[in-house]
Amino acid sequence: MPPEAVLAVADALRPASEAELAEDIRSARGPLSILGGGTRLLPGEGRATPLRTGGLTGITLYEPAALTLVARAGTPLAEIEAAVAAENQMLAFEPPPAAGSTIGGVIAANASGSRRVQAGAARDALIGVRFVDGSGEVIANGGRVMKNVTGYDLVKLMAGSRGTLGVLTEVALKTAPLPPATRVLRLSGLSAAEAIAPLTIALTGPFDVTAALWLPGPGALIRLEGLSQSVAVRAEALKARLRGFQIEDTPHLRLDENILGGPGADSPRRDGDVWRILCRPSQAPAILATIPEPLRLDWGGALILARLPEGSMPPLPPGAIATRLTGAPARLPPPDPVTARLEAGLRARFDPRGLFASPA
Amino acid sequence: MPAPDPRILARRDAIVAALEAAAPGAVIHDPAETRAYECDALSAYRCPPLAVVLPRSTAEVAAVLRACAAEGVPVVPRGAGTSLAGGSMPTADAVVVGLARMNRVLEISAEDRLVRVEAGRTNLAVSDAVVGEGFFYAPDPSSQLACAIGGNIAMNSGGAHCLKYGVTTNNLLGLTVVLMDGSVVELGGPMGESGGLDLMGVVCGSEGQLGLVTEATLRILPKPAGARPVLVAFDSAETAGACVAAIIRAGVLPVAIEFMDRPCIRATEAFAHAGYPDCEALLIIEAEGTAPEIDEALGLIRDIAEGFAPLEFRESRSEDESRRIWLGRKSAFGAMGQINDYMCLDGTIPVSALPRVLARIGQLSAEHGLEVANVFHAGDGNMHPLILYDANAPGDLERAEAFGADILRLCVEAGGCLTGEHGVGIEKRDLMTVQYAPADLEAQMRVKDVFDPEWLLNPAKVFPLAVSAGRRERMRDAA
Repeated sequence: MPPEAVLAVADALRPASEAELAEDIRSARGPLSILGGGTRLLPGEGRATPLRTGGLTGITLYEPAALTLVARAGTPLAEIEAAVAAENQMLAFEPPPAAGSTIGGVIAANASGSRRVQAGAARDALIGVRFVDGSGEVIANGGRVMKNVTGYDLVKLMAGSRGTLGVLTEVALKTAPLPPATRVLRLSGLSAAEAIAPLTIALTGPFDVTAALWLPGPGALIRLEGLSQSVAVRAEALKARLRGFQIEDTPHLRLDENILGGPGADSPRRDGDVWRILCRPSQAPAILATIPEPLRLDWGGALILARLPEGSMPPLPPGAIATRLTGAPARLPPPDPVTARLEAGLRARFDPRGLFASPA
Repeated sequence: MPAPDPRILARRDAIVAALEAAAPGAVIHDPAETRAYECDALSAYRCPPLAVVLPRSTAEVAAVLRACAAEGVPVVPRGAGTSLAGGSMPTADAVVVGLARMNRVLEISAEDRLVRVEAGRTNLAVSDAVVGEGFFYAPDPSSQLACAIGGNIAMNSGGAHCLKYGVTTNNLLGLTVVLMDGSVVELGGPMGESGGLDLMGVVCGSEGQLGLVTEATLRILPKPAGARPVLVAFDSAETAGACVAAIIRAGVLPVAIEFMDRPCIRATEAFAHAGYPDCEALLIIEAEGTAPEIDEALGLIRDIAEGFAPLEFRESRSEDESRRIWLGRKSAFGAMGQINDYMCLDGTIPVSALPRVLARIGQLSAEHGLEVANVFHAGDGNMHPLILYDANAPGDLERAEAFGADILRLCVEAGGCLTGEHGVGIEKRDLMTVQYAPADLEAQMRVKDVFDPEWLLNPAKVFPLAVSAGRRERMRDAA
């Protein structure tokens, strides 16, 4: 980085509109650190000028009968959750809550909760975006309808891109009806590895499971949602299928409550690094055999959150991937040369001046 | 389409020889045989390609693309050729790379709920491969008997059941993609995530312009215990549209809500004899699960529908009655084809705009002097107006195209889009500026610059020719 870029670190930018944001980016002289609520993405370690999206707020359109909500990117997640709950709806991807979290941050991180296993991730609920690229150009893609194949799907490209291609200014989301009935079955006395088999049984049968996870305290948890009689029928069928396990109904808790602030955000008080591992559920038992302290299994075992001694790497079978959530970002395995070339090419074209600090 | 490059046509024999070397025995170049690849389901436009290659493996696809890149020859990927948008229509200077021979199942994992297939496999044959394990592949385009998974991915195809299960992009876990330079890359990963940018997400729906998908890992779902439709008849299209909105608003999300209007009902009745009531509009609504679950859902839907004074609420009491309720809907396109030539549109609108847009389409029909029949996925606002015309009547096709363009502009004005599941192809290419500003299109073309810097893959599609001309011609002149 040239020295003048370091000197350019100044007071945070707080654009109040998309046009101001575009002007801020056009006139930027050095790296920017995009901050929504500051809850999910690591800021650029003080060397970049903070760019806060908190001035871009408000739900601009909400049509419950069309299952569609459009909001400016800096809108607090809590405001959106409240608005949809008031209409008996929800964001089906169940974004993990964090105080101050914004919808733009949720989308930039593709942050999705337990219902992802059935309803898809944040990227699957995202149907439109507006963003400002590294040249200060305002770009729109997608729209406000849930079926749209008009042109390339930059909506998916922006979801989970962690601000490396541009600053989101507005997102359009698909909402879903709140299920009238919910039941959570708890299978106690199981280790994380032992939980994989019953979770797999639940997910591979006709039970329409909307969460299949394991937490260190409660054990394995399986959630059923829908019309009340339907939930009762499926719960009985599933219990019969899981005969031999110790099963009880458990109150409808928020299944994400032990990862408040995002996965592993409670880690500073403990040694070691928190890793997020994605694998096939059938690969999870072998991975878990080498992990002393799993923090959470979710998506039927496809997601493992684990604390590992500092400096150590999780063992990864073929196809599995891992990212380090604490300390310096790390991605395992590193991208193959073709993927790396494509990703670098996209970053270079959307952010030609390298303003948006890119994670490893 | 742009005029073919005479320099490529002049080197035809050398190019065919290079293709033969890349994929021995897989090259078709006899004009009598290449004619079979001159069009897709948008059959009003035809042009035989320079040659056709039907490779047997990802490695052969890579060798063929490398050879084409070396010769500067455009490549048109082709799944089963069922595109309604001209997505696989060739040009005279292009090589068609067809996936017809790559249709194997590579892996089925019930416990991981996935199947890996070669991309030439048909959509229905994917579900057939996993039905024995109690699973199915959810996206179900009407052409599912014929259409290839590779084409589904290129167009991000939908289907009747995407209200609950999403479209193709929501059901992908991984892709093997051959880039135009012959390099092979695996995209996606567990849960569809790679740990980096969602390249799989942008390749899906890119209409074969970023890479050629040769293999796909697909999410499969446990087959529901059963499914049962109801048919609800109304005396106006507006009332049917309002009923759809009320069902969604009430929080009952059926797996499918299909809409047909009177012209469509009459045509399918004459063709398929499904026993539909003679009414202005009907809905087919399907619920899934065990019998008590279906009873519960359809009971709620009946309660809501009663509020709209339906002419008839027909519940199926047997497999045969269910089949008959679906029969007319599933034969709608075939039925319309029997009585007329038709152009099938695919614009999507916010569900709330349905009554207003239907009324305006009726007015436009009168203005253009052409009949239109409406059949579509009402739950998600994806309309399929069928414009009826006579291909043998001079000027009729042009009038139909003008009417179609007016309907698509109407969809965009109503807050929707040009295409919900068929793709842009050549058909809607020049309407892209109605929906997107120049900077929006420029951003999309930048993505192609990264994946296919020479602009050789399916080059004259998706973007208005005038908008992409600079890029395509620069590449040609550099060659």
